[in-house]
Amino acid sequence: MKRSITIALSLLIIGITAAIRLKAQESQPQVVSISAKRFEFTPNQITLKRGEPVTLRVSAQDRDHGFYQKDLEIELDLTPDHPSEVTITPEKAGRFVAICDHFCGSGHGNMKMVINVE
Amino acid sequence: MDRPLDRRKFLKVSGMSLGVGALISFAPALAAGGTPVARVRNWFRRQNGEEVSPFNLVQLSDAHVGFQGPSNPTGTKAFERAIEVINGLNPQPELILFTGDLTHESETPGEHEKRMQLFKDITGRLKSKKVMYVPGEHDAALDGGALYRQFFGETHYSFDHRGVHFIALDNVSSGKPAVGAAQIEWLKRDIARYPHTAPIVVFTHRPLFDLRPDWEWFTRDGDEVLNVLSPHENVTVLYGHIHRHDVHETEHATHYASRSLIFAFPDPTTVSDKKPVAFDKEKPFKNLGLQLLAERSGPNQRPALGVDDVELTLREYAGTDGVQQISRPGASL
Repeated sequence: MKRSITIALSLLIIGITAAIRLKAQESQPQVVSISAKRFEFTPNQITLKRGEPVTLRVSAQDRDHGFYQKDLEIELDLTPDHPSEVTITPEKAGRFVAICDHFCGSGHGNMKMVINVE
Repeated sequence: MDRPLDRRKFLKVSGMSLGVGALISFAPALAAGGTPVARVRNWFRRQNGEEVSPFNLVQLSDAHVGFQGPSNPTGTKAFERAIEVINGLNPQPELILFTGDLTHESETPGEHEKRMQLFKDITGRLKSKKVMYVPGEHDAALDGGALYRQFFGETHYSFDHRGVHFIALDNVSSGKPAVGAAQIEWLKRDIARYPHTAPIVVFTHRPLFDLRPDWEWFTRDGDEVLNVLSPHENVTVLYGHIHRHDVHETEHATHYASRSLIFAFPDPTTVSDKKPVAFDKEKPFKNLGLQLLAERSGPNQRPALGVDDVELTLREYAGTDGVQQISRPGASL
């Protein structure tokens, strides 16, 4: 009897712990990784859900770049030594163009990507 | 376009423009007298011996010397023609401001130096020798402004001319569209020396306000710059970068963009993508430069600022003999 209670309590504790971990994972923002190099972002288009937090983790592959989107309050300075990230919760649906705003050469003007929010 | 002018604004304009930029006459309001005006005039006289008095200046921008592309296969021709037109002015402008992108960048060793030298050779033809510059991102963003400084000196500075305080701001050489904390501190110290009524002209490359951020037509810390300038009543900002004429009012300043000397960008309110206006071989300089700013009577006889275009054409393309300036009412050229 005593042994059964111990096993039941152990299973209960394991279950609660797992539930807490699962809940914690659910509350963590989704992470979207983006790569930046002259003169492109990869991927060049992502889709986010309105009202859901998301972390954008952006890595520069070759030199300094910027990652800027005014309406979504994204303003990152990228250096090749480590990724930069920002967590946002888009409140408005739409199509937003993010740009590299650190001048990086003759193709710089075309270095942009689309962030769709739906 | 007619815009009411605040009586306290000193940027009025005598006829002007060349299709190559803006020729602007300064100071009639201040020179006219009046109690606060007299104080400013006396202040400048005490400080540097220069009294506020009318003068002309030309703003040029975005020559992109070295650019090669379908949006303008004529290279430096518009730029060179602009120099000829300016040299034909009578009287000559006392001051010429070049608001960035003097050259187009090149990463081929030695090539950018050649382009900067060519730019200097062309501007060396100007009769008017007081030419002041700020860099654009195509001049200075890839090397932090090192090469630009060799040819043109510091990227930010200030000076007085006939009782107007001019401030050159660099919002490109850090690589990003920003003035930066150090330069803003310098700006605070610089203008703290001047009374709030002093006429101030800021010239820079990028717009200091959010004109079209997704086209990179903004300065990240432009609001901070404008806040620093906000106690001053007579602030005019001249800038380039957008390759088209634009006038914009913020709370304490009026911002004028000069057209380019290489190719134009379209109206950002009408298209979504930033692409140069297509080259028209019949009118190779269509949409380039040429804006006329003139003081004229607006509604109810109030002073107003009129802005007209002047079209510049080249003989080999249009069959005209050299530059053709189509002056409209209000022009005095």
